[in-house]
Amino acid sequence: MVVLVTLGLMGVVACGGGDDNGSSTTSNLPTSIGRGEGQLNLIAWEGYTEDEWVKPFESQTGCKVNAKYAGSSDEMVTLMRQGGGSQYDMVSASGDASLRLIRGGDVAPVNVALVPGWQDFIPELKSPPHNTVDGQHYGVSLQWGPNTLLYNTRDVTTTPDSWSTIYDSRYKGKVTVPDNPIQIADAALYLSRTRPELGIRDPYALTEDQLDAAVDLLKTQRPLIKKYWALASDEIDLFKNGDAVVGASWPYQTITLQDSGAPVKDLIPREGATGWADTWMLSSNARHPNCAYAWMKWISTPRVQAQQAISFGETPANLKACSYMDRIQRGACAKYHANAPASYFASIKFWKTPTRDCGDGSQDCTDYTTWQQKWTEMKG
Amino acid sequence: MSAGLFKRGWLRLTLTLGAPAAWFVLIYLAALAILFVSAFWRVDSFTGDIVHDWNLDNFKTIVESPTYRTIAFRTIGIAAAVTITDALLAIPFAYFAARLAPKRLQTVLFVIVLVPLWTSYLVRVYAWRLILAEDGILNWTLHELGFGGVHIAYSNWAMWIVFSYLWLPFMILPVWVAFERVPASFLEASADLGARGWTTFRRVLLPMVLPGIVAGSIFTFSLTLGDFITPTLVGGAGSDFIGNVVYRSVGIASDVPFAAALATIPLLVMGVYLLVARKLGAFEAL
Amino acid sequence: MDTTRISRAALAVWTALIVLFLLFPILLIILYAFNPSNVQSWPLEGLSTKWFSSTFHNEQMREALWLSVRAALISTTIAIVLGSMAAFAVHRFRFFGRETISFLLVLPLALPGIITGMALNSFFVWGTVNFSLTTIVIGHATFCIVTVYNNALARLRRTQTSLVEASMDLGADGWQTFRHVTMPVIATALVAGGLLAFALSFDEVIVTTFTAGAQNTLPLWIFGNIRLGQNLPQVNVVVLMVIVVTIVPVTLAQRLTRDTGVLRPGVGRGRADASTHAAAAAEPAP
Repeated sequence: MVVLVTLGLMGVVACGGGDDNGSSTTSNLPTSIGRGEGQLNLIAWEGYTEDEWVKPFESQTGCKVNAKYAGSSDEMVTLMRQGGGSQYDMVSASGDASLRLIRGGDVAPVNVALVPGWQDFIPELKSPPHNTVDGQHYGVSLQWGPNTLLYNTRDVTTTPDSWSTIYDSRYKGKVTVPDNPIQIADAALYLSRTRPELGIRDPYALTEDQLDAAVDLLKTQRPLIKKYWALASDEIDLFKNGDAVVGASWPYQTITLQDSGAPVKDLIPREGATGWADTWMLSSNARHPNCAYAWMKWISTPRVQAQQAISFGETPANLKACSYMDRIQRGACAKYHANAPASYFASIKFWKTPTRDCGDGSQDCTDYTTWQQKWTEMKG
Repeated sequence: MSAGLFKRGWLRLTLTLGAPAAWFVLIYLAALAILFVSAFWRVDSFTGDIVHDWNLDNFKTIVESPTYRTIAFRTIGIAAAVTITDALLAIPFAYFAARLAPKRLQTVLFVIVLVPLWTSYLVRVYAWRLILAEDGILNWTLHELGFGGVHIAYSNWAMWIVFSYLWLPFMILPVWVAFERVPASFLEASADLGARGWTTFRRVLLPMVLPGIVAGSIFTFSLTLGDFITPTLVGGAGSDFIGNVVYRSVGIASDVPFAAALATIPLLVMGVYLLVARKLGAFEAL
Repeated sequence: MDTTRISRAALAVWTALIVLFLLFPILLIILYAFNPSNVQSWPLEGLSTKWFSSTFHNEQMREALWLSVRAALISTTIAIVLGSMAAFAVHRFRFFGRETISFLLVLPLALPGIITGMALNSFFVWGTVNFSLTTIVIGHATFCIVTVYNNALARLRRTQTSLVEASMDLGADGWQTFRHVTMPVIATALVAGGLLAFALSFDEVIVTTFTAGAQNTLPLWIFGNIRLGQNLPQVNVVVLMVIVVTIVPVTLAQRLTRDTGVLRPGVGRGRADASTHAAAAAEPAP
């Protein structure tokens, strides 16, 4: 795959013009990928820029990749805004950061015609609401995954089938959940099934009362918590060294633990799960836009999608990745739900930024700042 | 001094102090000033822009909310505990190293104290996780010896231990130097006047070494006060420090004004501490 | 002090325990560089050197290491130049605001790193400065300058100014005196301060988090690896390398700061030393 030489390009790439207040500008999207600028600065989740697929990219395009790791969506948003937004070219934002970046004018629309892999994406991720606004694509979907229930098969003898397990005082002092305000949505999701009278339909659009109910649930959980894990390796250590036996997790931890011989399993309980869907977004003031497009193209090809999926333990957006996954690791395609039916996808409530807009016309839902304050207060 | 020096005294002064002063004022103090001014502003939560809207909301939130009070007291409390622990651990060690150890041993001890400083802070904290974990080395040893296990992993106890470990070299060094500087004649005089070992220690040595102890305590106190990494790595469910909330406000929530308002707590605490420390002569012993 | 046998033995035991306390986690880190698994747990399931090769070939690690070395070297150089200048000025001249300058110069070390980091970050963002090695160095230099300044000032205070006077009386001009009398005395203090500054810069994590752009210093690289946990033993390997490489300079530094020839710690010192009341009674060093 060689970087295409330009023919009659209109300037460089879509930079969103001089002013950035979220208005979509279709007119200056590039029609082809120009010559690489020699460098590419990325903000990425840990493990999204492994040598396995970065090295071939670098040698083929001449774009040297510098990755800055971030541990949370919020961190990514902050980093993107640093230095007037020209510090980094791309960010692998999850759904709870992407809209904030779009509204803040930090990211620019992209021309998905330049990303052949996009054609083979599952339909739900071609133009999802968290990265496509008014028909404008602000990036290309990347991978996705569920927040699972992780448990130690030795200490949790009956297979759990409900999120109630992590609120069960039977496991006092041995529970762990992520240290992230977005976890409130998980509590809300659980409440939406167990206390339907609260009327929670969207775990990310919570009124004051619904938010308080979710936070109260978390407060009852707090004495059970050994530690709120902030880093993936925290949870790995907690389970490996016997400090936790049940908790909320990502598939990545499960794989790593199982590979090291720990007796753990994970599953999605009957109430369903929250999840994350990542998008590679292009900065409005990217200094290396051609390399950025080359990266988007590369990272969407089936083989690279497969490599990343297996490496991290997530599900690729590209349907064609399935066969590659099985080639790398037998059974991987099914293991990571790469060929799962659409119903599986629909069962996951992907992260998105809570705003005052409830989505049904009313504006009295709680926004993310409130969630953060409540989370800090709950933890104490 | 030579007359020449005097005449060009002011020129010399400007030159010698000019460069560092420029550095400091321009960059460091200006940055601090801007930061603390922004505590009086607020941020638009969706776009992340700072709105220059003078108000005291941030400070009100901090003062009125019991959460932040708890966090502040927890931070200061553990910082104090760590400081006292390190002082107690360091004093006998420093005394031995400075005055009783032969030269060769002194070199070895010095290297041993400094090697941890060269070893990555992060990795040292990580090693402690292994020691304190439920199935970790500490519990394994206790089980082997026939005792029950302790469950201090990911707790305030763990933080206290780890912080004390991390900053111990910072306490040892100034105290060691302080012990070295006490002239033997003082101690001889004290003995001649009839004081026995402990009395000499208490009434002659300790006061002379106090500046060193206070100097070391500046480090242990301030380093604990502002740290957020150790609470993240070895803290438990209720182990948030001021630093954690600040870090989350800045690096994650992008709410610099609130973070700045919070940061005034350690700033004020350290400001007072430094003034007291200066009175006790610690600045000469740093 | 006429320490009794028992006291001596007790102190020796205490020192040994502290040594164990300081070294145990480090030994653990070294041991786990040979961990066959990529997850850190106890007990160790055998030994393996398989991580050494992958670590040496890890380009991101090498770049991070090189960046750290460069940042530390530049910061230390700036620190030595500016720190010694500031120490001279404060020591030699009495001027208005001298106490304040002294106080201000302690701030970067005394204030929690998160405040410095946040302040510089906001400052750079406000001034739309690109985050790069330069911003990292600026961040490090703030506390490196202070380290060198403290060491230099402490040494200057312990130098007998009569030496300088004597040199002048013997006909040397300011520059010659500086070169042949002051410099040799202060040189080892600069080396000691510089080494400490280098160590602080090399292992700095908190301020660097806020002042680095797309680059990784070694501590940032380590933090990234700890975050994910897939290649943890590589971190141990790197730390082992660093320890091995730095034992020699640290030992040298200790030797240097001991033998100064002109003065010996604890016996005879300058007038400005805060802990002396009987300087007149003390014998000058042989």
